[in-house]
This record gives sequence, C-alpha cells and structure tokens, in this order.
Amino acid sequence: MSAAPSTAQLLPGAGAFAITVGAAVAFGAVPLLGSDYLMDAVLTPFLALALAAVGLNLLTGYAGQVSLGSAAFLAVGAYATYNLHLRLPQLPLLVDLVLAGLIAAAIGIVFGLPSLRLRGFYLAVSTLAAQFFVQWALTKFGWFSNDNPSGVIDAPVLSVAGFTFTSPAERYVFSLSVVVVATVLTQRLLRAQSGRNFIAVRDHELAAKVIGVPLLRTKLLAFGASSFLIGIAGALWAFAYLRTVEPAGFNLDRSFQILFIIIIGGLASLRGAFLGAAFIVVFPLLLSRAGAALLGGVFDSGVLEMSQRIVVGVLIIAFLIAEPRGLIALWDRLWRAVARPAAIRNT
Amino acid sequence: MFDYQFLIEVLVGGLLSGVMYSLVAIGFVLIYKTSGVLNFAQGAMLLFAALTFVSLVERGSSFPVAFVITLAIMVVLRVSVERAVLRPLVNQPPTTLFVATLGLSYVIEGAAQLLWGTQVHGLDIGISDVPLDIAGVFISRFDLFAAAVAGSLVALFALFFRYTRTGLSFRAVADDPFAALAVGLRLPRVWASVWTASGIVALVAGLLWGARLGVQFSLSLVVLKALPVLVLGGFDSIAGAIIGGLLIGAIEKLSEVYVGRLFGGGIEAWAAYVVALVLLLVRPSGLFGQKLVERV
Repeated sequence: MSAAPSTAQLLPGAGAFAITVGAAVAFGAVPLLGSDYLMDAVLTPFLALALAAVGLNLLTGYAGQVSLGSAAFLAVGAYATYNLHLRLPQLPLLVDLVLAGLIAAAIGIVFGLPSLRLRGFYLAVSTLAAQFFVQWALTKFGWFSNDNPSGVIDAPVLSVAGFTFTSPAERYVFSLSVVVVATVLTQRLLRAQSGRNFIAVRDHELAAKVIGVPLLRTKLLAFGASSFLIGIAGALWAFAYLRTVEPAGFNLDRSFQILFIIIIGGLASLRGAFLGAAFIVVFPLLLSRAGAALLGGVFDSGVLEMSQRIVVGVLIIAFLIAEPRGLIALWDRLWRAVARPAAIRNT
Repeated sequence: MFDYQFLIEVLVGGLLSGVMYSLVAIGFVLIYKTSGVLNFAQGAMLLFAALTFVSLVERGSSFPVAFVITLAIMVVLRVSVERAVLRPLVNQPPTTLFVATLGLSYVIEGAAQLLWGTQVHGLDIGISDVPLDIAGVFISRFDLFAAAVAGSLVALFALFFRYTRTGLSFRAVADDPFAALAVGLRLPRVWASVWTASGIVALVAGLLWGARLGVQFSLSLVVLKALPVLVLGGFDSIAGAIIGGLLIGAIEKLSEVYVGRLFGGGIEAWAAYVVALVLLLVRPSGLFGQKLVERV
C-alpha cells in the first residue's frame, strides 16, 4: 500500500494512465486477441474466484473474522440467481444478480450472528455449520434446483438489456464488468468509516468498543457485505464459468481454496485477492502441463491429481514460511525496487 | 406408544460412537493445548496411519509388527512435521498456523494415496459385529470394543499427564510457555513429544475408524466430526473432548432418528454443528474451555 501512492505523487497522472491502459487491455485487447481457452478456462474462473476472495478478505483480512464456509455463500448466490431467473422471469438479470447477493448477505448475517459471542477458531468452526447446512439443503430440497434429482442446475443464457453473453469472450467481459464494479464498491466501503471500524475490530475488539465502534453493526456489516460479494461470485462461477453446477461443487475444498487465495495473496489487501486467485487458477494448469510434458503419459490422471494436491500443499506451507504476508508483499517489494529508482531519476 | 427400548438402543449406540469422536478430538486437544495450533492435518494423519497399517498387513506382516512399524513411521512423520513446518512458523498468528496445517493435510493425503493407492481397503481386526443382547437392548459388539479401546487410551493419557515428568512438562507448557521456558523446559522437545503422542492417538483412531468405515480417503473427513466436539468441549480441555464426544455422538444419533425424519433424513452432517453453535452462544469457550482473558 505504501509504494503506490508515493510513486503516484512523484509521477502525476501515472495512476490514471495505468488504469486507462489496464482497462483498455482487459476490456479491449484480451477479448479481441485472447483465445477461447484462455478466457474460458483461465480468466473467467480467475475473475469469479478473485471476487469471492475479495469478499472473504473483507471478512477475514479486514474484519478479522475467520470463515470456513465461503463455498456455502457461493452456492447460495448461484442457486438464488437460478431460482430468481426461473421463477421471476420478468426481472432483468442484473437485478437477479443483486437480489441473489442480498439473499446471500441475509444468510451470511444469520450465520454471522455467533461472531458476536465467539472468537477465533470457535467462530471458524461454527461457520462450518453454514457450509454443511447449505449443501444439505440444496441437495435435499428439490425446489432449489427445480426438482432435478441430483440438484444440478443448468445456467440460463446471460443477457442484459437484450444483449446476450454466450461466447467465452462475451462471458469474460460480463464477469469482468461485474467484478470491476463490485471491487470498486468494496474499496469505497473499506476506505470509509466502515473500513476503519473493520480494522479496529480486527486489531483489538475491546479497544474498538471503548472508542465507540459499534461492534454489532460492524461485524454484521462485515458478514453481510462479504457474503454479498461471495454470493455474486458464486453466480458468476455458476453462470459465466461452469454453466452446469451441482451442490457438491461447492464443498469444503472450495471454501479452503478461497481461504488459500487470500492467505497466499495477502490478508487485508484487495490486490492480494487478485494475485492469489491468479496463482491458484494458473498454477494447477501449469503443473499439469509440466507434468505431461516432462513425464509424458507415464502417470494416469489419479496420480497427477494426487501429486497436484501435494505440490499445492507444499507451496502453501512454503509460502507461509517464506512470506507470511503473501504475494502482495513480494509484489510491493518488487515494485519498490523497480519504481523508486525510476521515480527518483525523473525528479 | 413411545418405544423406550429403541430410545435406549439409539442412545447407547450414539454414546459409543461418541467415544470414537472423542478419540479423534483428543488428538487435536493435545496439540492445541501445548502449541496453540488447531491441527487440521490430524484427519490426514489418521488416514495415513490407517493406510500404512493396512498396506503392511496386506503385504503379509502380522498385526503387532505392522503396528510397531506404523507407529515408528508416524513418530518420524510427526517429528519432521514439527521441525519442518511448525517451528519456522512459531509466533505467527493462529490463522496462519491453521492454514499451514490445512496445507499439510493436502500433502499427507496426497502422499498417502500416492504411496498406497486410492482403492478401499478392508480392515478386519477380528471383532465380529454380531449385536450383543443386554437386557433386550441390542448393542454392537464392535462399538463396545472400540469404546473400550478408546476409553483405556484416554485413561492412560490422563494418568500419564497426571503422574509422569513428561506429562507434567506438557501441562507446564500448556499453562504458560514462557514460564516453562524460564524454568528450563525444552519447548521444542516437549512439542515433538506432544506431536508424537497425538500421532499415537491418530494411529489408534485410524485403525478403529478404518475397521468401521473401510480404509479410504473419506477417513480423513472424520476431522469434520471431531470439530463440533472440540467446539462443544473447549479446544483446550481433554475432559471436554471426552464429554463433548459423548454428547455429540448421542445428540447426532438421537436427532437423526427423532428429528431427522421430519426433514427426510441426512441431518447428521450438520446437526452436531448446530447443537455446538447453540451451546456456544451460551458458553463462548465451550463447556470446559479456558475463558479467554484479554488485556488492553
């Protein structure tokens, strides 16, 4: 956080310029030039997971409440969007999306209520209740999946104001727009009083209470906002990326994956959420490519999956030992090494 | 008419399986108490131990030999985990440590299955599962055996903690690491032996659960059964783990039988969590957990 403003001060207009270039690349060059594979298998899941990580980071990184139930809220978002679309077809998709986020937020607030009494691991374990309850409810009650026997839902075509998003590039652009808007809003929330309240509660709850931070409101806002974001990420995951989802896809492993993203990326950093998501999405692809290239067909897919699990686990441990503050700390250090000398030369 | 006999049968079955939950939970408590780590990898360790044991037996070694070899492997694994993973992370926040053990569980699960294969192994420890008829109440013989083993292991640990020098040093470290360090206890050695002790617990629990469910990947998921037990009993209390286990076992079975049918069954997966949660709202540190005292 410290490096970016200082360079912006030294190079007026650099920040705006970077944002313009970034937007032009992300919205223009990538969808035009990128391959379908890149957008379908890499960028769209990256965006969905990054948004989920932004949501979890708000709760865990900023407000200090550890949650192991993120996948439940992804599922709520996905199934709520599906049902709203199915049962209230007159509503436009974007409204469905926001409503689904609000439903996820409501459920998040309910499961966040214990946070008023519980701390640390007691809270983390109790968030598992959300994980198991939601998965059970979605499988058990056919209504949620329009009576599909195994709870599978097929995504409707994404369409906004008559424009449909069907090709990989279009779905990527749709996800990107949603993620950008949601991230900007999150940043506003974090830079306002509410964000400072989150941090105060995280750093010292009692002290926060003494200086007048409303604990109840702050914690529930954190749970609500976090679940809202994760719910929308779930809708993206289901409708823009997979397009056919089942409750089992939102299992505990998915929750852990999102937790890994924010730990690897860096707690209490929105950029960290994106870096971590990129790492978690790209890394297994590279690994399986490398495995195939180096060893040919010697290994079957089972062995590959197991070795992938091992490598992911080792990497997480290695990361925590080498840089507990995550990729973002590495990034900032790199940035300082590159940008500061350049900025000094320019003055 | 209400069928009391059936109620008792369900209750006893629940309590007996609760003993097995306690056994898993104790593996967590040992480590949490002394080093403040919630070791999520306990389930993976359990799987690893059971898989190693079964594979050795399948390769023709006898039960005692396989047990000793597995025990040796577990001790080596435990000590090296303590050295390679946890020692470099000393003084990191608890969340970081927890995530490290999550990563560790990935590594161990992957390694166990890479080594020994992913197929389901049967494990027959020679207990027939013919129900025992006690005053008209049918009780599974296997459950009784498992409960007896788990119970004696727990008693053994209790005695060990109470009366041996090592046990005393465990308690000292759990009580106040700095004071323990100041009077000359070697923290790393204590940690290593605690990890070893919970490795033994993992092996026994793995064998019992493996005999019940078959030795396979899902064995590592018994951690998820142990977590509500921990929450209910308190993360740092062995007595809490035992009583919590019994309570959760009983509640789970009773709710499945009497409440579950209202929802069409399958509530076992979350009933324990909800019960633990409701109890936590009244007692935020579990039944026996130490109250968290915050200093400003």
